[in-house]
Amino acid sequence: MNADPSVSSQSNSSEESKKMLIAMVSIGIFCALLIVLVYEGTKERIDRLRTEALEKAVFKVLPGISNTRMFLLGTDGNFTPAEAPDGKNPVVYAGYDDAGEFLGVAIEASGQGYADVIRILYGYNPHSQTIMGFYVLESKETPGLGDKIEKDEIFLANFKALSVKLDPESTRIQNKVIPVKQGGKSNPWEVEGITGATISSRAIGNIIGENSSVMVPLIYNQIGRFKEYAQNNFSKQ
Amino acid sequence: MNTESYWSIFINASLVNNFVLAYFLGICPFLGVSGKMETATKMGGAVTFVMLISSICAYGIHALLVAIDAPFLQLISYIVVIASTVQLVEMFIKKMSPTLFRALGIFLPLITTNCAILGLALFQTNKAYSLSQSLVYALGAGIGFTLALILMAGIREQLEFAEVPDVVKGTALTLLVAGILSLTFMGFSGLGT
Amino acid sequence: MSARITNNIDKKAEPSSTDEFIKGLWRENPVFVQVLGMCPVLAVSNTAQNALAMGLATAFVLLMSNILVASLRNFIPKQVRIASFILIIATFVTIVDYAIQAISVDLHKNLGAFISLIVVNCLILSRAEAFASKNTIGKSIMDALGMGVGFVLALFCLGAVRELLGNGSLFDVAIFPESFQEWIIMILPAGGFFTLALWLIVFNYFKVKKAKG
Repeated sequence: MNADPSVSSQSNSSEESKKMLIAMVSIGIFCALLIVLVYEGTKERIDRLRTEALEKAVFKVLPGISNTRMFLLGTDGNFTPAEAPDGKNPVVYAGYDDAGEFLGVAIEASGQGYADVIRILYGYNPHSQTIMGFYVLESKETPGLGDKIEKDEIFLANFKALSVKLDPESTRIQNKVIPVKQGGKSNPWEVEGITGATISSRAIGNIIGENSSVMVPLIYNQIGRFKEYAQNNFSKQ
Repeated sequence: MNTESYWSIFINASLVNNFVLAYFLGICPFLGVSGKMETATKMGGAVTFVMLISSICAYGIHALLVAIDAPFLQLISYIVVIASTVQLVEMFIKKMSPTLFRALGIFLPLITTNCAILGLALFQTNKAYSLSQSLVYALGAGIGFTLALILMAGIREQLEFAEVPDVVKGTALTLLVAGILSLTFMGFSGLGT
Repeated sequence: MSARITNNIDKKAEPSSTDEFIKGLWRENPVFVQVLGMCPVLAVSNTAQNALAMGLATAFVLLMSNILVASLRNFIPKQVRIASFILIIATFVTIVDYAIQAISVDLHKNLGAFISLIVVNCLILSRAEAFASKNTIGKSIMDALGMGVGFVLALFCLGAVRELLGNGSLFDVAIFPESFQEWIIMILPAGGFFTLALWLIVFNYFKVKKAKG
């Protein structure tokens, strides 16, 4: 892409390189200025749109909520309220209803699908100890086949009340969520797959299974923290 | 932070999400130099090489841009730094190993601004790979590119003797073959899980 | 990409501005005749909407870079011209990237990294090098508009065919009745190759017919 230096004539070479330098530097400064202007001008709107899109997803997986708050999972295993994700620690979104009552948590999870990584958000209700729904944030699954995971009614029904009940000591999930074949569901912790989208639907089951076995016990044992936040921030009506 | 295994990254980059056949990246050299087996192999080697270099560059630039909080300079700095680094490496090879330069040299300037190279840099940043993951990704993508190029060259060498209607000759025929190859590669889907 | 840059130096002595506009639409259509700049765009031509958005974004970058290159053509020394062109193009691509994010997050998600890849679109650099760096601002604008509209049209043709056959709809509005069995292959990457090949065959057909008289 750079011009071949041998093309330049040998005479006036210092004069020429000065001209080259001036041209490159001034174009560089001009371009940088333009970019910074546009970045600053659009930043606010882009941030707002992104938050709105994410909130919409959180509202979908936690039916009945009217408020949501982001929490970060620190390395010490504790959840703390946060303004923005820091790109390192896992993020969850707590949902509260009109009265400021804590209803559940939306958790981001991802894993390998059929074509590429699938990123999902799923809702966990610690009161009934079930998963309430999931929403695909990002997927490149085959259109018409793998993307049935977003549309197939029977598959989505799996996530109306998927059991993630903890064992009596509340340290781990009693029965990990596992994917099974279509028509093979006999326990409340099984995810029934879709014929024709076997790998994609199994991937969803596995993503939720792996992620929930880590996150659910943590969240369940810290319900107090999420409730406390509501008491401090939402006035009871 | 990304916990994908090296094996999964490699298989996904080379076969499942082949840069040419699934992402349409690097179509220009794909159509241009896939006529002969020998050129295709050399081109593939050169691309893999540049991909590895630019992968390191992109990782460094991204870390720097995050540190100074200037994400808006990402695209500009990627393209400028990658292009100049490749230029430097080209000069270095010319001096150190004239044989290697003769084999890869003429392709190097041609592929600096190749979509596949910039695409690799952007994708690895999006996926938040670590340095070693990025290198595996670059190697996979490069090998996948080479594979697609060699397969195409082999088919096109055979096609030279085939009788083809006038209207289909040229780019259209190459694209049709590429489409069929792309379908074949879909069979690899699901391998990377 | 540089192999094709020299292909389209204008042969006519003094074409009018209208000529500069018209040539991009048909005679020198960047996609169907020159097969330029396909790399970053085929991937997102799976629906009419994505294709149109991508086409417009590319056309905007093409127009702005042509204007800037033409107005700076006497200021930029020959040796660093390609580097300057790329700098200018990368600037406008970054701007478009932020503009699309500000318009719709969903659209930006669909197009993904492919917006940034407009930078390496052979078409834009080749117009800067072969046309804008040698012509007046007015003519360069006409050239960019012609090539840009030609490019948008071509991409739309690709996207519309793929969405229509692959999803039975156009701009998300169902066109075919419920009973229509979608050709899923058209939305897959392979469909992109096939659709472009078919359009090239159509153009070739007219060319061959014309050549035979």
